Formats: sequence, structure tokens, C-alpha cells
Amino acid sequence: MTDADVTDADVTEPDVTNADVTEPDGAGARVVGPWRAALLVVENHWTWYRRNWRATVISSFLQPVLFLLAMGVGFGSQVQVGEATDGYRYVVFLAPALLVITAVQNTMFESTWAVFSAFKWQRKYLAMVSTPLTSAQVLYGQLLWNALRLAAGAIVFLGIAVALGAITSPSALLAVPFAVLTGMAFSAPAVAYTATREKPDSFNAIFRFLVMPMTLFTGGFYPMSQLPDWIHPLAWITPVWHGIELARGVTFGTLRLLPALGHIAYLCALIALGVLLGRRYFHRRLAV
Amino acid sequence: MNRESSTRAPRTDRSGTANPPSAQPGNGAGLLFRIIPPGLYAGRSHTLIERSYLVNKRAWMQVFSGFFEPLFFLFSLGFGLAQLVTTVEGPGGPMPYAAFVAPALLAASAMNGAVFEATFNLFFKFKYAKTYDAVLATPLGPVDIAVGEATWCLIRGGIYAGGFIAVMLGFGLIDSPWALLALPACLLVALGFAAIGMAAATYMRSWHDFDLVQLAVMPLFLFSGTFYPLSVYPGWIQAVVEWTPLYHAIELMRALTSGYVGWGALGHVAYFVVMACIGVVVAARRLGKLLLT
Repeated sequence: MTDADVTDADVTEPDVTNADVTEPDGAGARVVGPWRAALLVVENHWTWYRRNWRATVISSFLQPVLFLLAMGVGFGSQVQVGEATDGYRYVVFLAPALLVITAVQNTMFESTWAVFSAFKWQRKYLAMVSTPLTSAQVLYGQLLWNALRLAAGAIVFLGIAVALGAITSPSALLAVPFAVLTGMAFSAPAVAYTATREKPDSFNAIFRFLVMPMTLFTGGFYPMSQLPDWIHPLAWITPVWHGIELARGVTFGTLRLLPALGHIAYLCALIALGVLLGRRYFHRRLAV
Repeated sequence: MNRESSTRAPRTDRSGTANPPSAQPGNGAGLLFRIIPPGLYAGRSHTLIERSYLVNKRAWMQVFSGFFEPLFFLFSLGFGLAQLVTTVEGPGGPMPYAAFVAPALLAASAMNGAVFEATFNLFFKFKYAKTYDAVLATPLGPVDIAVGEATWCLIRGGIYAGGFIAVMLGFGLIDSPWALLALPACLLVALGFAAIGMAAATYMRSWHDFDLVQLAVMPLFLFSGTFYPLSVYPGWIQAVVEWTPLYHAIELMRALTSGYVGWGALGHVAYFVVMACIGVVVAARRLGKLLLT
């Protein structure tokens, strides 16, 4: 989508920066603007992705659809429609929540392993900060790329869910930005955390003890009321619960303004926290 | 962790083989050596298990955490969804949903553990850590590698399965003494998947190919009658599913934990025996070809 713009920018960009650097009054004195810089990082990812997207099709596009089929349609055939499913067929009840859940699961790899690899194995970030990009811009670019990936995954999933009859209301389109927001509320702190790691040992544990419970126990597959009370406050801390409330609320038209603002504020706060910490850790690790 | 420890492994191997090495196979293993050329097997696969133990001792968190994945699924699906679905058609008539889904999760976790240990770790050690090049410089052959790694998968899988069965017992999800056979059945299932996974890992070119593993494992996990009975499907899908391995594993586990065991269980067992044999032979031959030529 942004392919054309970004590659055009690429053609002109090196000349401009070279011209700057060769000026006598100090190398690196003028850096690229923050947006342009972030887009350059995105372009780096896009260049790779354009050649290797096939490798991600299964995990980011096919997997959620298979989940929707197995849990929504297959398992849903066993569910009695009633109060517990808000009066909808199970697959309809599940679809908006699954949109949010897969957003968080999809961004898990990009926010941990991929970032770690860019620091440590490929040393991509080191290469980036040796150009006029700053460490913070590298972070913004990475987060922007993660958000774009999330949006693409969410849109494809929504399209297929509509085709399967799992989503009937047009307002479900608004669930896509909410899913992206939720994904980023996980991604930004995760990227910041990864920037502090010297070994990748803890990533599997994050998936097993954070992401998995977050997706299983936050009311996605069944209402929270089915779970013991002590779990509820734990669920409120997770971004997934807020995301599911938003996505399901907007899809079924039950979302009220004040709770919605609260959910959005919480998710934004998590993102802001991630960006602030990320800036610090990226600087610490990449500054020469 | 693998990368660092791989440099250390040959040392421990050597100390483990202080006796004069005998590259010749032991006596009395007739059939095995008709399938597998004797030069490839030195009867020392236990040293490779020892190596795996030493490596995993330092990454115990990874091993330990693997136990929780099926457990979370059991709590969430078994007890959360149980409110939406009260009874499901099981082997012996309607049964509570938690008792229906628990044995399926047991079988699925046996599969997942075995496949990922066999493919990801084997590929990493084979291609990046060059562990097996080092191993072959000692008196071990490719068959030792295949057998040793498969056994390690089994040990790890057996620990998970044992823990999971204990939890099932604690929650009253086991109805029959037949469940005593669930652990050996799990090991057989894990062996089948580990062997096939190892054979597949020898054909992999890069990490991208692991998406193909995912492509195989994921639908198996979701569509083999794990979360709902097979009767949901139209006839032709049922016929397809009945050929897939996880379906047999789930049927076997469900029969054992609910106590409705028929002669059909032997068919499921035979399926995995064949699968394991094919996998081990292919994996050993491929490893031999890739490492020794």
C-alpha cells in the first residue's frame, strides 16, 4: 500500500542526505525528519517482506481463520445460543474477540524475536543508527511497521469472517483500529522489554505465561462471568480484555461512550509507556 | 543456550565414553540392522541423551513452562466453555465437556511437544550449532543421533504427559483404570510424531520451512475432533480426518480415560507403531546421507 510512496522517497533520499553530510559544517548535523526516518525503517521491513511474505501467510492470516472455523463453526455447533453468548450464534459472538486475540498473538513474534534479532543477530539496528537515523527513530519505525502488519492481518481476517457469515454488522469495521490499538498496547512494551535483553531465553515464557493466559482468560471465548472472581482484576490489567470489550461492543452496538474512552485511554497509556521506555532502552543500547 | 552448550557437549561425551569405543554394533539386534546399515549405529545413543539433559538443565524454565500450555487450555476451555456446552457426544454416550476435551488436549500436547522438539531443536543443532558434526567426530553414528534425540523427546513428552494426567485425576476427569495406559500411549504418540518430525527436519532448508510444520500441526490440532465430536462434519470431511494421526491419538486417549476401550484401540496403536518406524528409518538414513557425505 505505502509501497509506491516509500520507494519513491528512497530514490531521492540518499542524494539529499549525502549532500548534507558533505557540507563542511559538521557531519550528521542535520538529520532526517522523524516521520521520514520512521518510514525509512518501515521501508527496510517492507523490502524484506515483499520477498518473504509467503513465510508469514500461515501464521498471520491462515491461523486465525482456521481458529474461527474450528472454534466458531465447529465448536459453536455444540453451543446453546443464549444469554452467555449475548443472544448471538457462537461464531458471531467469537469473531470480534478473535480479531483482537490474533492481533496480540500475531505481533508477539515481531515484538520479541524479530527485535532481538535486529539487535543481536542481524545487527540491523546498529546499521540503521550508523546512518543519520537516531535510535528513537529506529524504534518509531519498528512500531509503525508492527502496526501496519497488524492492520493488514486484521483487515484480511475481517474480510474472511464476513465471507463466512461470522460478521454481519458493518460497524465491525471499527473493530479493526481497536484490534490494532490492542496489539500495539502489547507490542510497544514488549519491544521496550526486548531492547533490554541479552539472551532470548524469556520469550517462550512470555508467550506461555503472558500471551496465552491473556488470550484464554479474558472473556474472548466465553463471558468473564464464567470465571472465578479473583481472575477478573487480573484480566483488567491486560490489554486484551480492554480490546475485546471495545471490539465486541462496537460490533454489537453495545459500547457506551465513557467505558469506551476508559478502555482507549488505558491502551494508549500502555503504548505511551512502551514508547517512553523503548526510547530510553534503544538509546542506551544503540548510542555510540 | 544451545549454541553455547554445543561447544561443551563433545567434552562431556568424551568423558562419558571413557571405555575403549566399540564402533561395532552390539550382538543380538538382528532386525534393526537389516533395516539400518551397521556402520551407522554404535549403540551409544545414551550419551546424546546425557547431552540433552545437560543442555536442558540450564534452560529448565523452557522445559518447565511447556507443562503449563495444555494446562491453561484445560482450565480455560474445559471449565469456561463447559458453561456454554454441558454435554458432548463421547465414546460411550454424552459426557461432560471437560472430560471430553481433556484427553484430546493431552494427545495434542504430546504431538506439539514432540514435533517442536524434533523439528526446531534438531534443525538448529544440525544446521547452526553444528552439534551433530561434533557428535560424529566421536564414536557415534547417525542412527545414534536419531535414536538419542527421539528418546529425549520421549522423556520430555513423558514428563509433560505424566503431569497432565495427574492434574486430570485431581479434577476428577478420569473415569477408568484404563487411564493407567494413557501415559504409555502418550509416549507412543510422541514417538510417532517425533520420528516423523525428525525426518521432516532433515528436509528443511531454512527457518521459513517451519511455517510448513505449523501448517501441518495447526489444522491437526484444531480439526481432529479436539474440541468437538467428529459428527459435526459432513461425511467426506470425517473420512479425511479419520486418516490423520492426531485423530487416532485423541480417540485412543479418550477411550482410555473414559474407559470405553474396544479392539479399535489396537488399530490406533498400530497406526503410531508404523508411523514411528517409518520416521526413524527415514530420519536415520537422511542424517547419514547429510552428515557423512
